[in-house]
Amino acid sequence: MESIIDLTDVHKSFVKGSEVVEVLKGIDLAIGKGEFVALMGPSGSGKTTLLNLVGGIDRATAGDVVVAGEDIGGLSSGDLAKWRAANIGFVFQFYNLLPVLNAERNVELPLLLTKLSAKERRRNAATALQVVGLADRARHKPGELSGGQQQRVAIARAIVADAPILVCDEPTGDLDRETADEILDLLDILSRDHGKTIVMVTHDPKAASHAKRVARLDKGRLTQEAA
Amino acid sequence: MSPVGFVWANLHRRPVRTYLTLCSVLIAFSLFVLLRTLAVVFVGGNDLASGSRLVVSGKYSIIDSLPISQQRAIAQVDGVDAVTHQTWFGGNYQDPRNFFPKYPVEPRAHFDMYPESVIAPEVLEAFARTRTGAVAPAELAAKFGWEAGDKIPIEADIWPMRDGNRRWEFDLVGTYTFKDEDGAQPVFLFNHDYFAEATGIRGIVGWYMVRIAEPQRAGEIAKAIDALFEHSMNPTKTATEDEYSRAFAQQVGDLGLMANSILSAVFFTILLLTAVVMHRAFRERVPELAVLKTLGFSDGRVALLVLGESLLLCLFGGLLGICSAFVLTPVVALFLEFLRLDFELHWPTVGSGLGIALALGLVVGVPPAVAARRLTIAEALRRN
Ligand SMILES: Nc1ncnc2c1ncn2[C@@H]1O[C@H](COP(=O)(O)OP(=O)(O)O)[C@@H](O)[C@H]1O
Ligand SMILES: [Mg+2]
Repeated sequence: MESIIDLTDVHKSFVKGSEVVEVLKGIDLAIGKGEFVALMGPSGSGKTTLLNLVGGIDRATAGDVVVAGEDIGGLSSGDLAKWRAANIGFVFQFYNLLPVLNAERNVELPLLLTKLSAKERRRNAATALQVVGLADRARHKPGELSGGQQQRVAIARAIVADAPILVCDEPTGDLDRETADEILDLLDILSRDHGKTIVMVTHDPKAASHAKRVARLDKGRLTQEAA
Repeated sequence: MSPVGFVWANLHRRPVRTYLTLCSVLIAFSLFVLLRTLAVVFVGGNDLASGSRLVVSGKYSIIDSLPISQQRAIAQVDGVDAVTHQTWFGGNYQDPRNFFPKYPVEPRAHFDMYPESVIAPEVLEAFARTRTGAVAPAELAAKFGWEAGDKIPIEADIWPMRDGNRRWEFDLVGTYTFKDEDGAQPVFLFNHDYFAEATGIRGIVGWYMVRIAEPQRAGEIAKAIDALFEHSMNPTKTATEDEYSRAFAQQVGDLGLMANSILSAVFFTILLLTAVVMHRAFRERVPELAVLKTLGFSDGRVALLVLGESLLLCLFGGLLGICSAFVLTPVVALFLEFLRLDFELHWPTVGSGLGIALALGLVVGVPPAVAARRLTIAEALRRN
């Protein structure tokens, strides 16, 4: 299978005062196009850190991070930003919508970086909201939406620019069981019908069961198993 | 949604705070335009001719005459625009009860000195050319039924003619009026050349009228003039046209200074206020800005969005302030009517207002913009 995410001997350390903490100690990870992978592990094991490297919002201390055909370690910060806009959709535990903008405008935000006209931007945003089933809430601000609805808006924002890879950090961590299942079903659809590659950090075994594969992170090293 | 629309939406994150800040900026710029315009009107107003004229008379008594040679020396003094002279003639028209002042003057220089006295150019021309010519205030002429071409007899008391004749006869060539009748001093004017020739007393005048360009320098110029003649046979005493106008000129200078110090204080306060507000707005939004970067907004673009907020706030506030100054202008003008000042918005002031608004936006916006530029996503998101 052709891999879209390829990590080779990736290390990541943080400097805390005079101390250097090595969080990732040589990660090898290959994820195929269209795969849905869950990343599990105890709190503080470095899941978010690993996800940030894959999504190009942080840089590895050593090792190769090749994602969507690009060795992103070599990109300048400007090029990396462009690369993220084109290739990665982010979904966070706490949605991270902009409270001042309504749902439609939150979704439209990534399109401000494209050459699309205002009209096309609105149309694409509306389509993305339809995909997540929230067309009727387009004018609502995040504060007027439930957690599950906000997460749908966040997912619409992640897919609106047609990024092939979705990077989700505990997307159901803040939701009740029923709502979490709805979000997971939505991710299933995006993976199955839209061919998105999904990397999802989760603590929830039921959430992980939606993935085709589970990678476990412990003490800075990865062990993998089939779901 | 456009990028500007996005910046605008961000300003509405805390509408009360934004609108309060906007109001303060508005008030500051409204004050700026009105006060600066006021200062310009007061300092630069033509109607303040009386504040810009000095009277140079004999040091010990205003009755003392002065040598005409002083005219040239006074004209040389730094800050002096023009000099002319007047002399007290006294005399009576028909009856001592018909009193009105009569001065021999230099016709052209006189009307140049008193822009508030209005005379038709052809009348002035005739006055200057006619040796025995005279002009009277229209009101005075009406009172005595004089018309141009009449001979006006004056019985001299101080100044008999050379041959001892006390009956002077002047040819009235026309009349003049005042832009503003209140406080105008109606004087019967005739040619100093004729006066000198007829009396045979050449080279003597009563006092000098001096016009200066900058009323606020009145005191300094007066001192310089008096210093010229301090050790001469004819020491002088120079004062502004009257004590009122001296005090007024002083206040005009003070007003400009006062306007500037009020405005400095206001702008300093506004600068601090908006700087604090924009800094808070930035701090609160660190995770949001990190999200923007996550979505692919470059460091520079995020910095511009943050800078744009300060610029929009300050420019919009400044523009509203300037507009409200326009609205308030008629009201202020109404008050100033009592002072006989024309109050109109001064365009260069409006321009510098906009310039200051822009500068304010930059000064206030650049620090958070730089901080926004430097934000690293992973760390900013962890602060969430
Ligand atoms: N920017 C950073 N500076 C210092 N330490 C960090 C930073 N980011 C993460 N860490 C540390 O790395 C470890 C793993 O963090 P994280 O990846 O967030 O764990 P997880 O998502 O698995 O809970 C933690 O000990 C955390 O304190
Ligand atoms: Mg985490």
